[in-house]
Amino acid sequence: MARHWQAGAAGLAVLGLTLTACGGAKVGDSSSAGGSKGSDGKCGTFNLAVNPWVGYEADAAVVAYVAQHNLGCTVNKKDLKEEIAWQGFGTGEVDAILENWGHPDLMKKYIDQQKMAVDAGQTGNKGIIGWYVPPWLAKAHPDILEWKNLNKYASRFKTSESGGKGQLLDGDPSYNTNDEALTKNLKLNFKVVYAGSETALIQAFRAAEKKKQWVIGYFYEPQWFLSEVPLKKVSLPKYTTGCDADAAKVACDYPVYNLNKIVSAKFAKSGSPAYNLVKNFNWTNDDQNEVAKYIAQDKMTDEAAAKKWVEAHKDKVDAWLK
Amino acid sequence: MTVAVEEPEKTEAVEPAVPAKGTRKVGRRMVIGAIFVVWLVLFAILRGKQTLSLAAADLTDLHRSINDFNDSIGASRNSNPLFLYFFNEIRLVIDNLVTFIQHLISQPVGSRPVPQIGWLGVVGLAGYASWAVGNWRVALLAVAGFTFLGLQGLWQESMDTLSLVLCAVFVALLFAIPLGVWAGLSDRFNRMITPLLDFMQTMPTFVYLAPLTLIFLIGGASATIVTVIYAAPPAIRITAHAIRSVPGTTVEAADSMGATRRQALLKVLLPMSKRTVVMGVNQTIMAALAMVTIAALIDAPGLGKTVVKALESQDVGTAFNAGLAIVVMAIVLDRVTTAASAREEAARRSENPFLKWRRQLLGAGAAVTAVLVYLSHTYLWAAEFPGDGTMGGHLAGAADTATTWAQDNLSGLTNAFRDAITYGLLNPFQSLLTDSPWWLVGAALIALGVVLGGWRAGIATAACVGLLVGTGVWSDSMTTLASTVVATVLVMVLGAVFGVWMGRSTLVDQLLRPTLDAAQVMPPFVYLVPFLALFGPTRFTAIVAAIVYAAPVAMKIIADGVRAVPETTVEAATSAGCNTWQIITKVQLPMSRSALTLATNQGLIYVLSMVVVGGLVGGGALGYDVVAGFEQGELAGKGLAAGVAIVLLGIMFDRITQAAARRTSTA
Repeated sequence: MARHWQAGAAGLAVLGLTLTACGGAKVGDSSSAGGSKGSDGKCGTFNLAVNPWVGYEADAAVVAYVAQHNLGCTVNKKDLKEEIAWQGFGTGEVDAILENWGHPDLMKKYIDQQKMAVDAGQTGNKGIIGWYVPPWLAKAHPDILEWKNLNKYASRFKTSESGGKGQLLDGDPSYNTNDEALTKNLKLNFKVVYAGSETALIQAFRAAEKKKQWVIGYFYEPQWFLSEVPLKKVSLPKYTTGCDADAAKVACDYPVYNLNKIVSAKFAKSGSPAYNLVKNFNWTNDDQNEVAKYIAQDKMTDEAAAKKWVEAHKDKVDAWLK
Repeated sequence: MTVAVEEPEKTEAVEPAVPAKGTRKVGRRMVIGAIFVVWLVLFAILRGKQTLSLAAADLTDLHRSINDFNDSIGASRNSNPLFLYFFNEIRLVIDNLVTFIQHLISQPVGSRPVPQIGWLGVVGLAGYASWAVGNWRVALLAVAGFTFLGLQGLWQESMDTLSLVLCAVFVALLFAIPLGVWAGLSDRFNRMITPLLDFMQTMPTFVYLAPLTLIFLIGGASATIVTVIYAAPPAIRITAHAIRSVPGTTVEAADSMGATRRQALLKVLLPMSKRTVVMGVNQTIMAALAMVTIAALIDAPGLGKTVVKALESQDVGTAFNAGLAIVVMAIVLDRVTTAASAREEAARRSENPFLKWRRQLLGAGAAVTAVLVYLSHTYLWAAEFPGDGTMGGHLAGAADTATTWAQDNLSGLTNAFRDAITYGLLNPFQSLLTDSPWWLVGAALIALGVVLGGWRAGIATAACVGLLVGTGVWSDSMTTLASTVVATVLVMVLGAVFGVWMGRSTLVDQLLRPTLDAAQVMPPFVYLVPFLALFGPTRFTAIVAAIVYAAPVAMKIIADGVRAVPETTVEAATSAGCNTWQIITKVQLPMSRSALTLATNQGLIYVLSMVVVGGLVGGGALGYDVVAGFEQGELAGKGLAAGVAIVLLGIMFDRITQAAARRTSTA
């Protein structure tokens, strides 16, 4: 019995020594790159909500990169759906949302009533919502881009889901949509079918372009997918201020959304340099699409994509840091 | 209703074996036929009237009042004592636990750029622990599995996921084992808790995801609690079952020897049910892993996040790679816990020469592990997984290629199949359910419940129908019911074909089982993109996703049922000159009738649990309502109502099938 113990112990010692002798960099050596580089403690932590679409991911990547490298902030990126991200203002767990699309109910609740959040100005991105068709279709039937001609083609858009009418494909439930009212009020022979997610919408359009299928659906820009398949927008009756006031009677196009940033009230008063960065952050749809393309199509990490863009656009970044 | 579609199939198989009951069976089938005829006639007359349909953005008063209640929670969370002294304390404890485990194996701690224990230590610990509680084969599997995670380039993500799972399972068992023991000892408590467990398992997680973050904030604690709610019920049920199945004579013997209740529990009941309890732990682990992707939606770190992010940019390969890591982890944990439950028995039976040295070997193993842990704590090479995860890249590339090929070459075929099922089966059935007046459908459902399951099932059905009307999402419920029934029919067809095949051949069983395990554990988010490409955003895509998840369960149950048919019966049939087809249809299937009923029951429950995922790919109806409730504050109340409706559909179906099963088995 004792012999086994000795043998075992000797074996262990040998194993231990050999492995230790191999050595290598020790944890805590200065060579190991830490995350705390350049932290001067002035900024502290910055809790940034990241909503689940690539355009937002691009915003967040760039702002986080600048906050980290130019301001020395510790950035906590939190992957959250919009509704939950807004809740984060109330519970103090989210400092900023960088790309807000409307959400009047949330604005009312968290900004007007609970006074937990404030508007931090526009991102410079223009959110365009509407009905889109694949490019091949727009080319083959150019008149389809005018809503008045849609009924002419309705039967071509029929699917197993649309109950004999044409199918108008809608996406994720979190989107602002008037499509059911629109089809009714414009007397279009279409049925709104809910695909349920952005993934489903993109797949449908991708397949439609590839196989020359008839698809019309809700879509929006800025969106990285448009650089893969440049969908064509169908024009609806022109938007005029207030034409969408009564949700049941809407018969006009969607307004152009000026996407804005929302920050928590506490963060706005904190004097953190990260707040100034968020407030000054402003860029164009093309800027965002560029970074989004790096992430979605070139499969770069968020950090690498942000670095590439930031280094190529020093002037814009400097303006945010003023 | 649901059962009615199943029934002809099942009775056809059952009838020849039990000719004595033939007359009664025919009678019941005629009644069912009559119900359908009356339904169809009235449908033709009253079509489109009183259908209780509700547009996507419309709300009922009930939905609005739930919204108001939600808002009031959020507004009062800093002043309400319930928050200050109860929820916040719970959150703090769980948060600390999560952070502790994360610092141990997954997240950098303090000034250290790496966690306390690096990859070498974790692999060593996993191997050692598997060997100590199981055997050397599963230890080898654990080491290989964990190393594979590193080679996939997903070491840290995997460890984040593992921390979350360990944490959730720990918390779940803390409550589940005592509750399970209680439910095992007390019939009253068991009756009380069973509906609650049903509710916890069927209620879609999406429904309580947003309220939970409102109460427990964003982060580890909420993610753990979501997982616990879903993962604890199997452990409670199985523990109760284990306590109940200890033979009565053993307990009596202990009683007659003068053991107190406490002694009987600690010395007799618990030790004797240990093996089954470990199986409960196993089920809890699997359920926890299934929650990983959902929890990622409220910022739970780990593989789920990789899957969700990859989905945003339609990166099937990356999502597949991460999904595969979850599967690998599940298979390792499953096999290790299974081996653990069987270890003592196996050790007693085998003549292992190492057995008498076990203690010494365990000690030596512990020392080696300690060295590995020390190394991984101290040296970077042992702390950070070496290599750049090229294997993951190759896997992702292969998955991409395969998906693209399938999309390009198969979609004509798949679309034809989709259209055949949709136009031939789903659309007519759905319009029967949604376009009939609600009271007609309700009456038909109750009548079917009575005929199939007896009066008590009829009363349960009536209650469910009433509550479904009350939820305000009746029409959507009927749409979902139609898809669910079609999906279950397809699940049962597949289950019968593959289940019988597996039950008759051990080789087929061994070959198929890992695939079935993988299909059950692979997060549905991974295969959504390829399925969307193959079938488009339609209800049928939702059905296919549900089949992938539910068919394995049905196959496994039917295979076990077929295997349980006594060898001698099959031999007797063979010697009487039956051919293979006759043996299957006249002997094996009829004799595994209870397995078939159980498979139908479980198949439908599993299908229902995929309704929400279906909502993401065009399934619409209740699934869409639930997702919408999660994403839009204005629709939160409706989402909750839709979640309740899913639970009600599940309960209704469960009561009818269970009662029907009891009737056929006792008749």
